[in-house]
Amino acid sequence: MPVLTIVYALLFYAATAMLVIGVGYKIYDYARTPAPLKIPTTPAPTTRSGVVWRMAREVVLFESLFKATKWTWLFGWLFHAALLLVLIRHLRYFQEPVWTIVALAQPFGLYAAFGMVIGLGGLWARRFLVDRVRYISTPSDHLMLALLLAIALSGLSMKYVSHTDIVSLKAFILGLMTFNWQPLPQDPLLMLHLFLVATLMTIFPISKLLHAPGLFFSPSRNQADNPREHRYISAWAAKLDQK
Amino acid sequence: MAAPTFEVPKLKEFSEVPAVQPDVMAHIKSFPASAPIQEAIGFPGQLVDNWEQKAIEKMGDLLGKYRSFKVYLDACVHCGACTDKCHYFLGTGDPKNMPVARQDLIRNVYRRHFTFAGKYFPKLVGAKDLTRDVLDQWYNYYHQCSECRRCSVFCPYGIDTAEITMAGREILDSIGVGQKYTNEILGKVQRIGNNLGLPGPALEDTLAGLEEDIEAETGAPVRLPLNQKGAEILLVTPSADFFSEPHVESLIGYAKVFHAAGISWTLSSHASEAGNFGLFIGNYETMRNIALRIREAALELGVKRIIVGECGHAWRVAYSFWNTLVGIGAGADDPFAIQLQQQLDPRYPAPQHICEFTYDLLKRGALTIDKSANDHRVITFHDSCNVARGSRMGDMPGGQFVIPREIIKMVANHYHDMGDDTIHESTFCCGGGGGLLTDDLMEVRVKGALPRMEALNRVVNDHQVNFMAMICAICKAQFTKVMPYYGFNMSMVGGVHQLVSTAIQLGPKQ
Repeated sequence: MPVLTIVYALLFYAATAMLVIGVGYKIYDYARTPAPLKIPTTPAPTTRSGVVWRMAREVVLFESLFKATKWTWLFGWLFHAALLLVLIRHLRYFQEPVWTIVALAQPFGLYAAFGMVIGLGGLWARRFLVDRVRYISTPSDHLMLALLLAIALSGLSMKYVSHTDIVSLKAFILGLMTFNWQPLPQDPLLMLHLFLVATLMTIFPISKLLHAPGLFFSPSRNQADNPREHRYISAWAAKLDQK
Repeated sequence: MAAPTFEVPKLKEFSEVPAVQPDVMAHIKSFPASAPIQEAIGFPGQLVDNWEQKAIEKMGDLLGKYRSFKVYLDACVHCGACTDKCHYFLGTGDPKNMPVARQDLIRNVYRRHFTFAGKYFPKLVGAKDLTRDVLDQWYNYYHQCSECRRCSVFCPYGIDTAEITMAGREILDSIGVGQKYTNEILGKVQRIGNNLGLPGPALEDTLAGLEEDIEAETGAPVRLPLNQKGAEILLVTPSADFFSEPHVESLIGYAKVFHAAGISWTLSSHASEAGNFGLFIGNYETMRNIALRIREAALELGVKRIIVGECGHAWRVAYSFWNTLVGIGAGADDPFAIQLQQQLDPRYPAPQHICEFTYDLLKRGALTIDKSANDHRVITFHDSCNVARGSRMGDMPGGQFVIPREIIKMVANHYHDMGDDTIHESTFCCGGGGGLLTDDLMEVRVKGALPRMEALNRVVNDHQVNFMAMICAICKAQFTKVMPYYGFNMSMVGGVHQLVSTAIQLGPKQ
């Protein structure tokens, strides 16, 4: 077994563990932390199903961002929608046989990669061109965009510049999943692409990528506006009533 | 009005987002609370010796108690959606008045002490140690936020800077750094029963004087009862309504409505304050202690309904928090809350806003109204931030926008809304909310009022608006003070029930 295969196999086990355990812990931590007061940003839905609908609009359409700034919404939404299609496209490396829906998504996923690049480019340009956004940008904000852009560009290169051996790649990934390791194609572009993806997975739970699970736990968005109809109280606040 | 020591912004026809001008508001420092003020409400009298350690401990404590604080510190991606939404940034150009930068003052310290990236790669993520300089910036910029929640409307994750500001102020209070204005009031309301520190006998005199005034003007024996056991309704209103102009005009309006409706009601000297500045400092126990006085008064007087007067943050606390804090509401299954909820009349929401009450009467035709009495006024309505983004009226989302406007249109003939991006959930704060209504923050207040003043100016020019109605005691006090800086007359400011008061016809129904 080539050394690089072993290194990458271990790298992906570690990155997956970090992603799953790290984000899992964060979700557990958010869930166990009480929200002692009703603070939905109103007007807010008055029912649970209304909240689900509000949240769905936020997750799928980025409704609040659309209200805030059309440019950021355009680039941000384009990037996220494209990323989703690209992820769906990549599922084919994890499945045998490949689901019909994944097969059908292949051509869309391909165009989506360009969407990712355009979206990321637009978001990055704002960090230089808008003085307010420039002021708040930290090195990590730039690096995050650089990382995502490098992932997109290295992926695109393997499609349009220098093809990689995707049959062996698929065997490698399926081997990882079944603990029956297969050699990784020794292609520098692929190695780079995979290394960057593992990096992204690793930093997910310790970076601002936590905005993804965070949104679902945001009290201003996930609470129903019904404080007069139901008494809502957290455990630590209820103790004050007993005094 | 003394000549300002700062430059008053010019009103522009089209509002502009200012260029970033770092630290132009860095000189602001609201008067700090003295040791007696701090100690009276349970905080250390001065900066404690090991303040850095204590502050971090307090931050850890809040992170465990408030999901909002924890999630909001993690979730921000620095997208910039909020950067042009805060009235204090729009009025000053100081980038630390952009909501994200205001949050970052705490987020940077959170990262340093509570996250892996900040502990090991502080420069990369902008993490910072809590130095004296950072502490001073907290005090400065957390007192240039009115906790109005406008930023939370536009944040893709709903991050509410008000929650961060409240946490910041709570940490500051816990290490002995409080603000004089807010904390002095918190002492008064807990000692005496209202923010003005107005004792029971003085209140009685004031109310008796108002009864005489109303009778002299209208000939109707309108009463303003105090501490009347067995009354149907307990009215809890901001204490400014008893003394300040134009607030008192609305109080007269409520009294006339109750009189015309023939429903018995009372004020309480024990709970002679709807305002709850505990909200502003984010301290749950303080907020609860103040709300407890209303619970106690309701139990003592045996009332069936509780109605809240025109006050923005008070209505947020009443509507959104009273049921949680002290069981004023419905749907409880614990003995503490059930005690009061069994006494209250389940046919009406508890608490109820005075506008909900009046609107209901108007819709049913129970009040005699002469709309032409308001014909000298061309009216617009200023949505107060806490009502707009932190509460509701009526039985549908957005009722807080509909009901006050409907009341105005039912008692007056000339009404025009301000621009769409300045009303409803996008409303601009008056600039004086959240504990900023103090003369030592006049520069912040005047500049923070700019977006509202520009919106008002447009309807003044286009529709000759000469009256801006509102339902908040702080908005009324703020606007009467700052509007002259922009060349508007302070008599343009008034309450919705001031308009009702003008139009309502007392005496036998015609």
